[in-house]
Amino acid sequence: MTTTVSKAPRLRAHRELSDTNLLLAITVLVFFALYLSAILFLGGGFTKPQNFLNILNNNASLIVLSCGMSIVMITGGIDISVGAVTSLVCMASAVNLEQQGGSILTVLLIGLGIGLAFGLVQGYLVAYLEIQPFIVSLAGMFFAKGMTTIVSKEPVRVTNEGFLAVKDTRILVPGLGSNNKLGQYIPAYVEVGVVIALLSVVLLFCLLRWTKLGRSFYAVGGNNQSANMLGINVRRTKFLAHVLCSLLAGLGGILYFLHVGSGDVANGAGDEMNAIASSIIGGTLLTGGVGNVAGTFFGVMSLNTIKRIVSSLGFDEAWWSNITVAAMLCLFLVIQSVVLLRKNTGGKEGKE
Amino acid sequence: MTPVKNPEIKVKQPGESFFKRLVRQQLFIPFAALALLVVFNLIADPSFFAVTIKENSLGNPVLSGNIISVLDNASELVILAIGMTLVTASSGGQDISVGATMAIAGSVILRMVCGGQVSADTLQVPLFLAVLTGIVVTALFGAFNGTLVAYFKIQPMVATLIMFTAGRSIAAWINNNQLPIMNDISFKYAGTFLPGIPVPTPIFITAFVILVFWLVLKFTTLGLYTQSVGINANSSRLNGLDPQMIKLLTYVILGVCVAVAGFIRVSRSGSINYSRIAENIEMDAILAVALGGNALSGGKFNIYGSILGAYVIQFLTTTLYKYEVPSTALPAYKAVVVILLVVLSAPVVRSKMAGLRFRAKADNLAKEAK
Amino acid sequence: MQKGAVLEMRGICKYFPGVRALQDVDFTLRKGEIHALMGENGAGKSTLIKVLTGVYPKDGGEVRIEGVNGPAVIRSPQDAQNAGISTVYQEITLCPNLSVAENMYIGRAKGAVTNWRKMNSGAGKILESLGIPASPTQQLGTCSIAVQQMVAIARAVDMECKVLILDEPTSSLDEQEVQKLFVLMRDLRKKGVGIIFVTHFLEQVYEVCDRITVLRDGQLVGEYVIEDLPRVKLVSKMLGKELDDMADIKGELGGAAISQEGAPVLEAQGLCSNAGIKPFNFSIRKGEVNGFTGLLGSGRSECVRAIFGADRVTGGTVKMDGKEVKIKKPLDAMKQGIGYLPEDRKGDGIVGDLSVRENIILAYQVMKGFFHPVSRAQAEAFADNYIQLLEIKTASADTPIKSLSGGNQQKCILARWLLTDPKYLILDEPTRGIDIGTKIEIQKLVLRLAEKGTSATFISSEIDEMLRTCSRLIVMRDRKAVGELSGEDLTQTKIMATIAGGEES
Repeated sequence: MTTTVSKAPRLRAHRELSDTNLLLAITVLVFFALYLSAILFLGGGFTKPQNFLNILNNNASLIVLSCGMSIVMITGGIDISVGAVTSLVCMASAVNLEQQGGSILTVLLIGLGIGLAFGLVQGYLVAYLEIQPFIVSLAGMFFAKGMTTIVSKEPVRVTNEGFLAVKDTRILVPGLGSNNKLGQYIPAYVEVGVVIALLSVVLLFCLLRWTKLGRSFYAVGGNNQSANMLGINVRRTKFLAHVLCSLLAGLGGILYFLHVGSGDVANGAGDEMNAIASSIIGGTLLTGGVGNVAGTFFGVMSLNTIKRIVSSLGFDEAWWSNITVAAMLCLFLVIQSVVLLRKNTGGKEGKE
Repeated sequence: MTPVKNPEIKVKQPGESFFKRLVRQQLFIPFAALALLVVFNLIADPSFFAVTIKENSLGNPVLSGNIISVLDNASELVILAIGMTLVTASSGGQDISVGATMAIAGSVILRMVCGGQVSADTLQVPLFLAVLTGIVVTALFGAFNGTLVAYFKIQPMVATLIMFTAGRSIAAWINNNQLPIMNDISFKYAGTFLPGIPVPTPIFITAFVILVFWLVLKFTTLGLYTQSVGINANSSRLNGLDPQMIKLLTYVILGVCVAVAGFIRVSRSGSINYSRIAENIEMDAILAVALGGNALSGGKFNIYGSILGAYVIQFLTTTLYKYEVPSTALPAYKAVVVILLVVLSAPVVRSKMAGLRFRAKADNLAKEAK
Repeated sequence: MQKGAVLEMRGICKYFPGVRALQDVDFTLRKGEIHALMGENGAGKSTLIKVLTGVYPKDGGEVRIEGVNGPAVIRSPQDAQNAGISTVYQEITLCPNLSVAENMYIGRAKGAVTNWRKMNSGAGKILESLGIPASPTQQLGTCSIAVQQMVAIARAVDMECKVLILDEPTSSLDEQEVQKLFVLMRDLRKKGVGIIFVTHFLEQVYEVCDRITVLRDGQLVGEYVIEDLPRVKLVSKMLGKELDDMADIKGELGGAAISQEGAPVLEAQGLCSNAGIKPFNFSIRKGEVNGFTGLLGSGRSECVRAIFGADRVTGGTVKMDGKEVKIKKPLDAMKQGIGYLPEDRKGDGIVGDLSVRENIILAYQVMKGFFHPVSRAQAEAFADNYIQLLEIKTASADTPIKSLSGGNQQKCILARWLLTDPKYLILDEPTRGIDIGTKIEIQKLVLRLAEKGTSATFISSEIDEMLRTCSRLIVMRDRKAVGELSGEDLTQTKIMATIAGGEES
């Protein structure tokens, strides 16, 4: 015991950094390093702010999905149905707009409704019947995939004018425009979805940081038996995490739909894996209890920045993109593992 | 002082019915599911079970029918499920990259037998050499996954996410994104029929693999070691085991299984489609493990449960196809069945059902005690 | 309800599949008293507490709490907290990933929003007043186990509670911290809080408690005022039989001849490991029982772990029977005939889901090798033999070991090593957290083994246990071997003095 006391002050500065913040710091650092080196060594498109904004435009949906994934992962679960839910929402919305005379409002209702339905069922099965989340969401994914083709096998292009007006709305970002070859000024813009996505990130960040529910997510992920003994309703917390995740998947589906403007079986394919990868790169541990949506946001950005870097290096065969993502995932996993292992063994010496 | 009675009262009493004991069995769920499917098919259309002799495209008489098709088509899944069970038991997680690494195995084997050409009419290298190379390659990928899991302590599903993402791309890369076609009939023996034998070859291969594992589990301590490591790696280490090595070993074994499964799959058609081959098979394999009553969190396992689980899944698939469920909508139906099965086998649900009976018994005991 | 009572439990029953864990148990806690709940392992103390705090649903009986009309409904730990019952459990039940302050407030803070500044300053004050060496913003997982336990106590104490339950909170605390806790408990008693105190340390019971309730085999033995129940009587009530005089077991079995001829069974020179112990020398002869003693964290466990190769050895030489051997991992040590019963039974000892039989044959099997599995019949014979020999209470050899009580689990692990027929057996805290009856059995067993020529190293937190079994003690302080005592020097005072560092020998 006396050894601990004498050791504590020396190690305190290092220990003040919690796992969550440490991993977040690594992620943010890596993102800026990536982007800066891209600007320095590749130049070209990367120097234009619009290039950066396009990463946002193309990935608004993925940002929302990944945040939901992070929340479930923080509670120690996983949800691999989010990609398929995205696809289902897109298809259902497209069919609704084209064949049933729906409007933006009904699209919104459909998206959130589908998300909520998946969340309620999956959450109940995971939290109250204690079935492994992987299996539950696996079934959820199968179900959503199947339902998508049952709704429509053929791709549906949307021609609804009200919808297209929203889809094509460009929110100009002042001060970031650039001149094209003809010297015309082209203003920089983001799509509506980006605003919604960023807003969600901010709201979720606050939720996780300051609310009782948010802190319960961390407690449950840290050790769910302890959390129960500490007076947290573990089941309800897990349930709500899954509901929130699926709801965000529904919202992600709407944003995806808003970006591509069509329903297609291939929409959102593989997005569950992209979301998991982004969360991990963003410092969320699948074991639960550690993570942050701000990190996840940077995770999405890093992932897509590196994809762009690789393709602009001339490796534009289809397979390179996947291989880079995998390599990046591998790198991050190893970094995380080494950092946390070292930190934990460092802590152990003071334990006795 | 009053003498205190022995507090341990066995719940398992002689009067307990056979049925109740059956329900507690690990294999109850897969057997019940199988029975349900059989009964459904018997009622809906008994001809489902008909086995006839037909001529195949080469004019050889071969067995044909839904049952044969279930046994035949489940082969890859069964082989994967065996490896997946070991991985699950030792590391408490699943390898989600098996589909992608099957693509790699297929790609390697095809590249070898085609000698790097787009198509070939004869085997360019001996078949066994090609298969062996495939086995070595996927065993290496298994070792890669295993290293991440065992030595870097990364959760299995995350570690294998790497190969899941990259695997099919690597498979395409191996053949420079060409789709080699092998036309030599002897290449297809493994995936179709051997000349003169009416039973599909994959059934024999699967039986052989099961036999090998039966022997391995009987004549080595793999089973005990794997379970011990999966339940408590610390105490396993203090009992002289090397938990990391054993985890790694299970991933390598799965790698070998993947190569065999990949070989069967490419040998069925003699060609490969990188993004479609063995699509979603990792999900089915994990499902087979769970269906077999094995905890996905690792520890104790029953390999025969997983094998049975794999056949049940294929049985379900074949049944759905028979009732003309389009292949794209198939997942939705499968999902419903899966949910039903896992809800029924969920410990919470089971203990609630058992609890009702148990509570009554407890009340009786309390009365007796008074 | 009785007058002055804050808590009354009447006719509590609880059944687990196959076991009557609690049967018709009554328990009354009065205002401003410290009430010890005593009993052997498996007597039902922890079950009673878990029923009271809503972790387990009860199968019969009722709980009444002061200020609540009619039976209290407690279905979850949250309900218990709301009813004014706060609990410190035996195992640390905090979240390692959260900060110290959060662990103190989560689950009981009012309002939906967390005020970090207020929380940290509040936690800081409590930590300071209790003298806990931790910062509120520190991540809990980086604190030592003892500090974590103190944080759990701080949390429980800070709640405005009527009833405070302490379920073996002292097993990871050192003497100083225990005293701090006692001051706190007496303080709360003055304020009228009823405290339920569960512990295995008899001294502590007699130091702070007012009343004792004894349970045995899930039934109530009785409730006593502390003055009316001397120690010996308490122990016999817990055991349900008169105790054979514990101090005599060495006399009865002693005189095991330690052979002085030849080389020692094991001799280590300058051994050190990555767990941070200073190089130490060690030797043991055939038939000798010696021990490492020292405060918790003094490095006594690390020493034996180094000998067994459980930690990475970073220097030094080891000779077995005079021949130099390399022990890099546990298997090397096992091949040399060394057995090791680890300190942390649950984390390092048992393999929970495996059966008693598989647990018993595990080490033997590993030594036989991968390609030579023990046949089922042989394994059954081994298991049955040891279940009988060590009187392991289990429904069958096929029962998962995790469903056994702590003492019986420990016996299984002992059986595991006895089966390997070791020359040298290391027992690190074999008696921690198990009942007195089994404790004595294990001590006797060690002495009996020594008589037959097995050497053993024994580590225990209870010095009189060590005195009873060991003929030589190595004293550790601050991860360094600071002295060796034997013969005449083996007295409680001398050991204490050496541990404290008054005189170096």
